[in-house]
Amino acid sequence: MGKRLKVAVWKFASCDGCQLSLLDLEDHLLALADHLDIAYFLEASSAVTPGPYDLSLVEGSITTPADAKRIKRVRQLSKLVVAIGACATAGGIQALRNFADIKEYIPVVYAHPEYIKTLDQSTPIAQHIKVDLELPGCPINKYQLLEAVKALLHGRRPRPASESVCTTCKRQGIICVLVAEGVPCLGPVTETGCGALCPAYHRGCYGCFGPKENPNTSALAACFRRLGVAEADIIRLFRTFNAGAEAFRQESLAHEKNH
Amino acid sequence: MSSPLLLSGATAILPAAAFHDLFALLRQEGFQPVGPTIRNGHLVLDCLDGPDGLPRGWTTEAEAGRFRLQHRQDTAYWGFNLGQESWKKFLFPARLPVVTAAKHHGAISYAPAANHVPPYAFIGVRACELAAIWIQDRILLSGPVIDPHYAACRQAALIVAVNCTEADDACFCASLGTGPAATAGFDLALTELCGEGGHFFLVQAGSERGERLLAHLPQQPVQEGQWQQAQTLVAAAARSQTRSLATDGLPGLLYDRTEHPQWDDVAARCLSCGNCALVCPTCFCFSMAEETDLENVTASRWRLWDVCHNLDHSYIHGGWLRPSSKARYRQWLTHKLGAWLDQFGCLGCTGCGRCLVWCPAAIDLTAELQALRKFPPKE
Ligand code: SF4
Ligand code: SF4
Ligand code: SF4
Repeated sequence: MGKRLKVAVWKFASCDGCQLSLLDLEDHLLALADHLDIAYFLEASSAVTPGPYDLSLVEGSITTPADAKRIKRVRQLSKLVVAIGACATAGGIQALRNFADIKEYIPVVYAHPEYIKTLDQSTPIAQHIKVDLELPGCPINKYQLLEAVKALLHGRRPRPASESVCTTCKRQGIICVLVAEGVPCLGPVTETGCGALCPAYHRGCYGCFGPKENPNTSALAACFRRLGVAEADIIRLFRTFNAGAEAFRQESLAHEKNH
Repeated sequence: MSSPLLLSGATAILPAAAFHDLFALLRQEGFQPVGPTIRNGHLVLDCLDGPDGLPRGWTTEAEAGRFRLQHRQDTAYWGFNLGQESWKKFLFPARLPVVTAAKHHGAISYAPAANHVPPYAFIGVRACELAAIWIQDRILLSGPVIDPHYAACRQAALIVAVNCTEADDACFCASLGTGPAATAGFDLALTELCGEGGHFFLVQAGSERGERLLAHLPQQPVQEGQWQQAQTLVAAAARSQTRSLATDGLPGLLYDRTEHPQWDDVAARCLSCGNCALVCPTCFCFSMAEETDLENVTASRWRLWDVCHNLDHSYIHGGWLRPSSKARYRQWLTHKLGAWLDQFGCLGCTGCGRCLVWCPAAIDLTAELQALRKFPPKE
């Protein structure tokens, strides 16, 4: 038994799906237990060991003034901070609020708006503190998480993917749904990570892993127009789990003008 | 490569009803037949039990950025052209284990991956694909470094070619002299005749092995009319091609145009998705990926298809040589249609059209080259 890492798992505005990916590593959990001291992971155990921590996995986005303070504390307590999932790396689906006026909708949704203390934007962790590594995805790929943990354990630099989802489609022999079925697909501008799950089932990629390193979103929008996709639907395609990621945000705004 | 319009070699007529016998014979000889088939509504290359697995009665519509399968009026076996996948899938697989390493008492031992390669019978290899295999042979078998997996697979494989009697909108083999008829590099070549005169295959043997196989098949002598009919169909497939790639001036033409404004134009449309190179039957780039176990005592190395449209493809110590889409597309085209000639003595293109069909942005290399010709760069 070699080095052990003292790990904390934090939750901000999120659905818990990414944290669950950690528990979902069934086949590896016993082996992981030899290397990780899970010191703080409320989703899994109410036993809490106080910091500092070697590694903090942070799920969720910052949406309240209290969380904006709490994330600073997480940074102080942690040697390494890894943001996990689309909420933590891009603001998540809740970043749809960034396109609306919070003062307008809060009274519509809540009977007592005066109790609601929220920020007008949902923002990624890196906008608040220094993040050492980002693992994108909605949810993250548990094997990418495992790979990151292995790399940190053994002092390697984690090797994040930097390829389109298309690369995965072609390697796996998945026939292109955009070309062969005319289905709008975000794969050409999206980071790979899911194993091209949706194209394997005749669906276009939803962009869960966010923009890849040089996303030519306007060229892809031109492809969608050629397929006959309406401007309003192009906006919707770019506004899902990574609506707040800069490239997708800009592209959806560009189509709001035409719409 | 010689004239693509001439059919030659030992010939016979195989009635379509005897097509099963060819598959049975190949199995008997120990081959695993693979070829085009429809899975989940898509045209792919996969194992075939017999001719019933073929996309009989289907045709393809392939143009820039768009592909569809459609029903045909007749029951032809080979009334379609190319799908997304090429024989590279078998000869140069997308993901291949290379080596594993293990640490034991401080010493590291290496074990090369044992990749079992079945003797495939490739059924339905088109002329442009024979050209692609010929090109990959030059690259992967001619040294200085030989790809052992490619060599083993290639050595064991038997090739049944099919001459194209129709072409797709995307095809431009005729302009490159690589098709639509197979002239070399096959064991057997079939030309399908399906019409009022009956349903037959005109069979040519292209190797001794092919001749031996042909001798075992139920066959009839070729009638003059059947020969003529086959010639006419193949010639019509060549004539019907509207796309072409003019090769005059290559490679110098491209070397002189590295700063041509067309590169910016194409970069505005290009997604850097890599599809063009991934589907190209001659592209051979790869990267290595490594995986360790949690204890860091065993590691495995994999070879993965990689393409020049990926950022990391140009990573060297200190940074990336090709950060922009423009630089990446320019690299791709200038290599395929330029530097390839200097490096391997042939073009990196066979005219199969896959890159333009499977490009989501419908970028057509023949049009890009034409545009690069049209506006000479400012001095
Ligand atoms: S299905 Fe989507 S992700 Fe896959 S190759 Fe086509 S465009 Fe790319
Ligand atoms: S460059 Fe395009 S047309 Fe030429 S062989 Fe490759 S995929 Fe086919
Ligand atoms: S030319 Fe087309 S297929 Fe190739 S990288 Fe650009 S957009 Fe993708």
